[in-house]
Amino acid sequence: MSREDLPDFEPERYELKEPRRYSFDLDRRDFMRVFGSGLVVVATLPRLAAQESGRGAQGRGEQADLAAWLHIDERGRVTVYTGKVEIGQNIRTSLAQTVAEELRVPLASIAMVMADTDLVPFDAGTFGSMSTPRMGRQLARAAAVAREMLIDAAASSLAVDRATLTAENGRVVSASGKSLAYGDLTKGRQLTGTISGEPPVTPADKWKVRGKPEKKLDGRSFVTGAHQYASDVNRPGMLVGRMVRSEAPGATLKGLDISRAEAVPGVTIVRDGDFVGVVAPNERVARKAAVLIVATWQPLTGRPTSETVYEHLKKTGEGGRGGAFTSGDVTGSASVGTRSFSETYLIPYIAHVPLEPRAAVAEWTDGKLTVWTGTQRPFGVRSELAEAFHISEDRIRVIVPDMGSGYGGKHTGEVAVEAARLAKAAGKPVKLVWTRGEEFTWAYFRPAGVIDVKAAVDARNRIVSWEFDNWNSGNAGIRTPYDIPNQRIQFHQSDSPLRQGSYRGLAATANHYAREMHMDAIARALKIDPVELRLQHLKDERVAAVLKAVAERIGWPKPSASGRSLGIACGTEKGGYIATAAELSPDASGFRIERLVAAFECGAIVNPDGLRNQVEGSVVQGLGGALFEAIKFENTDILNGSMSEYRVPRFKDVPPIEIVLLDRKDLPSAGAGETPIVCVAPAIGAAARAFANVKPALPVTVVRA
Amino acid sequence: MATFTLQVNGQTHSIDGTPGDNLLTVLRYELGLTGSKYGCGEGQCGACTVLVDGVATRSCVTRLETLDGKRITTIEGLAPAGTLHPVQEAFLEVEAFQCGYCTPGMVIAATSLLSIKPSPSERDIATIMDRNICRCGTFPRIVKAIQLAAQRMKSTSSAGGQR
Repeated sequence: MSREDLPDFEPERYELKEPRRYSFDLDRRDFMRVFGSGLVVVATLPRLAAQESGRGAQGRGEQADLAAWLHIDERGRVTVYTGKVEIGQNIRTSLAQTVAEELRVPLASIAMVMADTDLVPFDAGTFGSMSTPRMGRQLARAAAVAREMLIDAAASSLAVDRATLTAENGRVVSASGKSLAYGDLTKGRQLTGTISGEPPVTPADKWKVRGKPEKKLDGRSFVTGAHQYASDVNRPGMLVGRMVRSEAPGATLKGLDISRAEAVPGVTIVRDGDFVGVVAPNERVARKAAVLIVATWQPLTGRPTSETVYEHLKKTGEGGRGGAFTSGDVTGSASVGTRSFSETYLIPYIAHVPLEPRAAVAEWTDGKLTVWTGTQRPFGVRSELAEAFHISEDRIRVIVPDMGSGYGGKHTGEVAVEAARLAKAAGKPVKLVWTRGEEFTWAYFRPAGVIDVKAAVDARNRIVSWEFDNWNSGNAGIRTPYDIPNQRIQFHQSDSPLRQGSYRGLAATANHYAREMHMDAIARALKIDPVELRLQHLKDERVAAVLKAVAERIGWPKPSASGRSLGIACGTEKGGYIATAAELSPDASGFRIERLVAAFECGAIVNPDGLRNQVEGSVVQGLGGALFEAIKFENTDILNGSMSEYRVPRFKDVPPIEIVLLDRKDLPSAGAGETPIVCVAPAIGAAARAFANVKPALPVTVVRA
Repeated sequence: MATFTLQVNGQTHSIDGTPGDNLLTVLRYELGLTGSKYGCGEGQCGACTVLVDGVATRSCVTRLETLDGKRITTIEGLAPAGTLHPVQEAFLEVEAFQCGYCTPGMVIAATSLLSIKPSPSERDIATIMDRNICRCGTFPRIVKAIQLAAQRMKSTSSAGGQR
């Protein structure tokens, strides 16, 4: 499978293919967008980006090709308009660094307008670690075009050869010492530029603003509590909503008694099909009124449980899109080794648990709808709203304030649709914030999966055959980086009993767990050092480089104290290269993590401190799935859907973590928000094998011999 | 219905409600103080942490009837307008956040911790802060920020001043 054959968006982004939950009636109107004068550069993306969004991007014509606008006004102020969303990955800062660099202006002079569908060009969404390699790259080129246009304008104003001019600190300066500020050059003009050919972007070894550890642009507003997340937005006359739902998804409404709730002063009850909600003057009243509604639901029955789901996934699996990846012949004689290794790895559903649950404020004004909400796909949510209310997208504005994170869990707009429906009924702006219980039950999960791996090794300890079947987890990271002549690798889509979708790193975590645990098992059986076995099979020098770096930092193969053990794993996904090592000691529960080391490489580093923060955060988040996270369910009923029952990493769970960053200034920058999560579990699992048998499943569990 | 008197950031508010109503909903939806966040509603994540008489308290599980005569401080009232508390300064300096949603609760919990343990070890911080969750996983940076603030606060208080 070549790069062009890769699917437009990974098949496990199930949430993008779901049918709409609600559809309501509303009327139409038009909307116009106006740009001021000054200098504008339009940055476009290749068509691929439009396709990545799945539903909603088709038929949008030229809009689908736009990526960002860069505007320099008559006073020289720079504004970047991008549909990317700030989720905590710090893209606001690193994109601003990129533009400041190319425009030769101070970082503080850049204003970033993000994720407001009335102000920014269409964007498919913030996912897949694409903001840095795609948006960052295009903004760099747009800013370079703008800089060259300003130099052209100065050359004609000053009547000098443009070769004698340079741009620095917001001015174009001539060799003879004359200079013009950017505002002087844009005043009273309407300059427009587009990217064509290869604009002269600054090579990484000449970076002055990128490559430096810049602080989060508006960090102060976060430590003071002044930043308004979607759940903090307040509108004049705003009311508060609350949904009335069944215990578990999939139930149908059988009966409804609203008489007691109706009697509460100030409360509006909204019923539209199976949609039941209340609107009240404040949250306390909304909650009390919702409790007074007696709804009878017919639940789904006869569905799998968290124990029987694996059998169900395998039984209902079909070959995935594009079929199997094959090379050589896994059925041929060349693939028959002297030893073979088979195992089945089980991956449970896990929840994202973004600390800010889904939240939206919806306001209807003259038939136009404005929604403030936390989503990674503002334009996708606009499409959802347009479909639900049968109005055109140009009458809907979705604004995403910097979010209380998402981790892939906020690609959908259910809370926006619900808030808008409540606001339409109430005739006032309505805020709706999902409870933690709703977030656990009604959002979507990282898919559960079953992974069968079968490998054969020849007499010279070469792995000659590799068969890898993944049911339901997904395709991401499914290919092996190891050089094995005969391979058959296939993803099978299955019927999922629970709602499932994207999660940080997608299925790369599940696939890396199975593959790296299997590599470790082979090394142990062959009595070959696990690092050595990997290096013997690695042609990809970037994977080998991070593996060597992590081995060196952890002190491989010797643990730092006797009685301890080391485990290691490596891989690559979304242009990032990761190796992780764990040092464990035995304890009553099986093992205790003493230390983790992660080595990461994603090309030229844009913001070293931001990157370090992302890698460390990924490792910490990965600890949850590695050690204790798993959704328990029966039918569609979530049995551990609360923060006290579903354990996520806390201070006490975090061991000392060391991060090694490899800066490859000779390579383009890739995204970094996801890939560092994928090797945490197999590194821990491999190290735990020194003390006991480890179940071929997540979370890592030891079985006493 | 009853009337409850709340003293929040030096201001007195009269709130009508029923016993059992929680403090967080009043702060966020009725007093306009949205710096304290809703994260779980069960006192498990710490995003809603405020100070009640100087002690870190989960406002989402704090009932109005328990607050009579007590001083409530939210993130908005931690430092005089336009200034930062040393803990806030340290969080900024260490960049001890990603999405920032847990940050107000973390900052408040840390000020309470430092009033009990002015020189906390990493273990002290992990133990006392264990009910505060950062889903972005910036725990190691938060530990560093708290220790940095501790150093600063000690050196300013030994110099005889309060910042």
